[in-house]
Amino acid sequence: MGAIEKQRHILDFTLSSLWRRKGKNISLVIVYTFVIFLLASVMFFAHSMKEEASLVLEGSPELIVQRLVAGRQDFIPTSYIDSIKHIKGVQSVSPRLWGYYYDALSGANYTVMVNEALKNRAGEIIVGNGVTRRRATEKRNSVVKVNDTIPFKTYGGSIVPLKVKGILSSDSELVTSDLIQVSEEDFRKIFGISKDYATDLVLKVRNAKELPTIAGKITRAYPDTRPIMRDEILRTYDAVFDWRGGVIVVVLTGSLFAFIILAWDKATGLSAEEKKEIGILKAIGWETSDILLMKFWEGAVVSLSAFLTGILLAYLHIFLMASILFEPVLKGWSVLYPQFKLTPFINAYQLVTLFFLTVIPYTVATIVPSWRSATIDPDSVMRA
Amino acid sequence: MIRLSEVRKVFNAGKPNEFVAVDGVSLSIDSEKATALRGPSGSGKTTLLSILGCMARPTSGRITLEGRQISSLPERFLTKVRRETFGFMFQQFNLIKGLTTLENVMLPAYPSGEMHSSLKERAMELLGLFNLSHKESSKVEWLSGGEAQRAAIARALINNPSIIIADEPTAHLDTRLSKELMEIMGRLKTEGKTILIASHDPVVYESDVIDQIVDIRDGKLVSSGSV
Repeated sequence: MGAIEKQRHILDFTLSSLWRRKGKNISLVIVYTFVIFLLASVMFFAHSMKEEASLVLEGSPELIVQRLVAGRQDFIPTSYIDSIKHIKGVQSVSPRLWGYYYDALSGANYTVMVNEALKNRAGEIIVGNGVTRRRATEKRNSVVKVNDTIPFKTYGGSIVPLKVKGILSSDSELVTSDLIQVSEEDFRKIFGISKDYATDLVLKVRNAKELPTIAGKITRAYPDTRPIMRDEILRTYDAVFDWRGGVIVVVLTGSLFAFIILAWDKATGLSAEEKKEIGILKAIGWETSDILLMKFWEGAVVSLSAFLTGILLAYLHIFLMASILFEPVLKGWSVLYPQFKLTPFINAYQLVTLFFLTVIPYTVATIVPSWRSATIDPDSVMRA
Repeated sequence: MIRLSEVRKVFNAGKPNEFVAVDGVSLSIDSEKATALRGPSGSGKTTLLSILGCMARPTSGRITLEGRQISSLPERFLTKVRRETFGFMFQQFNLIKGLTTLENVMLPAYPSGEMHSSLKERAMELLGLFNLSHKESSKVEWLSGGEAQRAAIARALINNPSIIIADEPTAHLDTRLSKELMEIMGRLKTEGKTILIASHDPVVYESDVIDQIVDIRDGKLVSSGSV
């Protein structure tokens, strides 16, 4: 009981000490919180983007086969399907049609993709949220709504009007923002692709372990093809988001250094007033360990408040305010920035790392100079 | 009783600026009596007082408190002895600015782990005793000289020490307040406390409260005797 009361008294005293030097401590907490906020924002963002991307890719095909001509992707003949289908382990092969459409009116690039659900429904499209916001309609100022018509220019220069029959849900905006789903017939009409070709082929296999073998067999049968496994795409996403996270961290280095200097200044020097206070406390019967305990609480209160506030602000910034601060760097260079809310994915390991890199060094840094002061003879206060 | 035997305190020993502050002092201080350490500035009064109050260790010599040798105790035990046996009053009062009078008075008892409610009750009693109840939540920097002095005495008494040590307590007080302080010291002595005051103020050493005067000069004991 006595030990708890002692902790309580010392914590009480610490809080009142912090409050007595509120100008210095509040500015310290603000800077500290800002640094944690920036670091945590980068962490939350990069991690959630990766998680989101991998969730999206979970539903994507295990193996995609593209055709390369002169090192660039070209349309693949649908005649390849028959022989690939007969490779042992392949469950199904289907052609995919997709491409990019530049709309001069809105100055944006859209991803256009064939949706099997629109089979025999020529003239109808389903669009992503970004398209509804960006694409000018007959009424010009309003956003696109269901039953509005969007004109498309075909490869030959003629105009094909397509009617919006659905809008993709905003939950999936990260990948669907710029997406326009069309029927196969309309796709071929707009881009002028004959029925004998597809953009790529997607494969389902019975056993994922056989993927490299199947990919090898396809390459041998058709040397002009390039099979891409889902894991490879995931790895690319990871690398891209890590790289972008790294760019932000480099930008943040300046503020990190500023914080380190501030913390160092605080750590290496106690003010004359603080030293005198330590002397008084020792003289009136506080042990060195009591003073260190007080300084420990002081460091812990400052850094924990900054840590928790920083994390909370970063959470609000990333998951509720659509990462407004560094969205352009992290999301890419598209004209159509998706307005989406990331699903909160928080990695405990990252939080613990951040904790150990900020809270612990700061707390230790506050104790060290106090230890030096606390070990002096208390009679120094008699001579002050 | 506190007994000092051949106590010597040397600062910066072995260095060119070596300085002997207390030089072979042997002395007995009776319990429940008031003793004044008298001497000019730099005579070694404060150093001797620090050694007596377990704030500093002697370079050599022995100190016994009620028969128990304390000069060789490790720091932790020495702090305990200091907290439980001595109450200190400093020349500048050394109250902690920014804290209230009540918090300042309670401060020496924080490490003891006493229940907050009972500690506050005792502190309030002491403030009442020194007519400071109405200043309970005033910051100490707002107190007058006399109030600050009484707050410092209240703080010295919070752990109910048997020995009160005061270093030049009247240095910043006028004659009226100095006499008031000596009256309080007299009251404390009657209650059974041992009083030890270092001072070169006649108001202190000529006071009726003082039973024994110890004269020090250049770190050496010049004379010691009952008044």
